[in-house]
Amino acid sequence: MKLKTFRGGVHPLYAKELTSHKSIREMKAPSILVVPLQQHIGAPTKAVVKPGDEVLMGQVIGETDQPVSAKVHSPVSGKVIAIEPRPHISGRSVLSVVIENDEQDRWVKLDTHFDPIQLSREEILAKIFEAGIVGMGGAAFPTSVKLKPPGQAKIDFLIINGSECEPYLTADHRMMIESPDDVILGAKLLAKAVGASKIIIGVEDNKLDAIKVLEEKKGSDAISIVALDTKYPQGGEKQLIKALTGREVPSHGLPFQVGVIVHNIGTAIATVEATRDGRPLIGRVVTVTGSGVSEPDNLYVRIGTPIKDVIEACGGFNGEPGKVIIGGPMMGLAQFDLDAPIMKATGGVLVFTQDETVQYDPMPCIKCSRCVDVCPAYLLPLRLEKYGMYDLWDEAADYGAMDCIECGCCTYICPSKRHLLHWIRLAKNEIVSAQRRQNS
Amino acid sequence: MENNANKRLLVVSPSPHVRDGDTTPKIMFSVVLALFPVIFASIYFFGLDALRILVISSVTAVAAEAACQSLRKKPVTIYDGSALVTGILLAFTLPPQIPSFAVVLGAIVAIVIGKQIFGGLGYNPFNPALVGRAFLSVSFANLMATWVSPFDAVTVATPLQLGSGVVPYAELFFGNIAGSLGETSALAILLGGVYLLYRGVLDYRICAGYLGTVFVLTLVLGHDPVYHLLAGSLLFGAIFMATDMVTSPVTPKGRWIFGIGAGLILVIIRLWAKAPEGVMYSILLMNMLTPLINRFTRPRIYGQGVKGNA
Ligand code: SF4
Ligand code: SF4
Repeated sequence: MKLKTFRGGVHPLYAKELTSHKSIREMKAPSILVVPLQQHIGAPTKAVVKPGDEVLMGQVIGETDQPVSAKVHSPVSGKVIAIEPRPHISGRSVLSVVIENDEQDRWVKLDTHFDPIQLSREEILAKIFEAGIVGMGGAAFPTSVKLKPPGQAKIDFLIINGSECEPYLTADHRMMIESPDDVILGAKLLAKAVGASKIIIGVEDNKLDAIKVLEEKKGSDAISIVALDTKYPQGGEKQLIKALTGREVPSHGLPFQVGVIVHNIGTAIATVEATRDGRPLIGRVVTVTGSGVSEPDNLYVRIGTPIKDVIEACGGFNGEPGKVIIGGPMMGLAQFDLDAPIMKATGGVLVFTQDETVQYDPMPCIKCSRCVDVCPAYLLPLRLEKYGMYDLWDEAADYGAMDCIECGCCTYICPSKRHLLHWIRLAKNEIVSAQRRQNS
Repeated sequence: MENNANKRLLVVSPSPHVRDGDTTPKIMFSVVLALFPVIFASIYFFGLDALRILVISSVTAVAAEAACQSLRKKPVTIYDGSALVTGILLAFTLPPQIPSFAVVLGAIVAIVIGKQIFGGLGYNPFNPALVGRAFLSVSFANLMATWVSPFDAVTVATPLQLGSGVVPYAELFFGNIAGSLGETSALAILLGGVYLLYRGVLDYRICAGYLGTVFVLTLVLGHDPVYHLLAGSLLFGAIFMATDMVTSPVTPKGRWIFGIGAGLILVIIRLWAKAPEGVMYSILLMNMLTPLINRFTRPRIYGQGVKGNA
């Protein structure tokens, strides 16, 4: 069987065997949680509690009337002890609600529903909105907004992204194996909410066990489970759409423009919890892994748990850590302050030992064109890098810098160890701010 | 105590946090490795002369690179292997009887004029070895056109000068023919080529475009295509010279154009100008066009020209 895939991409060391066989374990909530009021793309929420307030588990603590945003809930029951800027995985400080856990896990009143698929489209959307669900694969775009594409866009495909192409991460893999029914139900609910008639769940072929169990449980011809070639970035939204439907999202466009919406495994499960159990998004599965962690594992972690507690829950560091990354090794963010908390879109905590933490000195570009061959956006990364280095923003824009999906394949493959993506990001930032200046 | 974790010095750098194991020096040394069959073949057929030229050319090239870089107070990067590759490649374009001083001169020109004045590795527009060879052809035309037969070193004409059909294919294939050090044994060259393909260092588009064009054109024009592929330095040039990464296009389409263009030029030179240096000039000319080819063969970006329905 020829596996579906996209053009370009790389095969980094997947290293998933560290955790792929480990069942999801619930981590005990820490005594202090730090819940950022912004965990999503869009407008930050405003705190609706005050220091000193008692909160229940699942109670709304942040919301806003801005159209693109997602509600924030208390992950535990306890007391608000502060609302102040706190370290955040982005490296900046972000206004956060600090909650002291009373360890009672007293829920707010939950509005459960025995058979959520009976809910109307509007009801599903409302429950997703109430639950504060965002894209849990990393981008953290509010799900309720994504499910309401503007205009008359007709959506025919709902794609569930089960590729989990980032090396090391196994959270989605474990969820597919351990909760296949919820994945299927979540996919159906999301499809209903957006009016899509066909559902495709794309899974990389290094997770054959997940493909098998989903195939057994799907129970409907409207759902197809498709094996994808194991290649990074198979789970990139545009790459996944191309591989599964043959359609190409317009440059600078969004998937709904070609009738497709993509959601992540975690989002599908969160949708089930929101509709069936009435539970808001207050926790998620995180893969804690890498040779710098004593006991790599897949943990169910409350949102707002500081990174250091998560590492502690996995036996602490193994030797001296060199780098701590939120997310995977290809797109993750390196951290310097381990007080920063786990958020809704945090799928992994990866720790490299000092030996593994290599700093690369770039050599001259030898025009080997490997970066060109692997770029899934079909760009000329070596060109964009030059333009980024020499402040040639117009040229960078002309050569498609804004089409770069920041997958990092170019930097990964470069035999001269050049920091291509770093310079391309710089160019992108400059192009965006120039556009902003022009528009204002 | 709790805070200990935060006092650690953690490295913060932008993603990606992992890199492929291949490096530019490894690529250069894989080319050296791929050249070994040709090295053995040249020593087998031309004996100590081959060894002499190879050693002088390589040592001079590496020394010239080191000298240039120290004079310019730049870090000396001879360990990246690129100067060594240039030295060996230059040696293979030379006739076995060439005097040592000419080899030294050629290697210095290759590195200094061909590479360092442009800024060193990665910045040179022309294949440095061919620059050295072109310099020698122009300066010492006689020395560069004295060909000898293998083993006994009697002055003879090369198969290309003799014309097609004179030398049997088998001789051409195994290399028992007159010519420059590296062009004699097709078998040795192909061995190196297969290794480079396997190693992911050789671009098949340039090779196929180049060889394919020569094959088709000579066939159409009523010549013996197999003879044209095997005689002269075409095969060596197609596998080891035209595919030099630095001086060939970076776009997929551009690489086809580069190969096809070199093939066209070669056939014109061989059939009409009757010049033996066709391979060298065809590649140097295409090197010159490389920036232009890159400019006009930009790949279509994902999603460009696609219309959404909303
Ligand atoms: S991969 Fe690196 S060396 Fe090769 S062309 Fe791209 S930037 Fe240059
Ligand atoms: S240029 Fe952008 S899209 Fe292309 S490989 Fe590099 S990071 Fe990925």
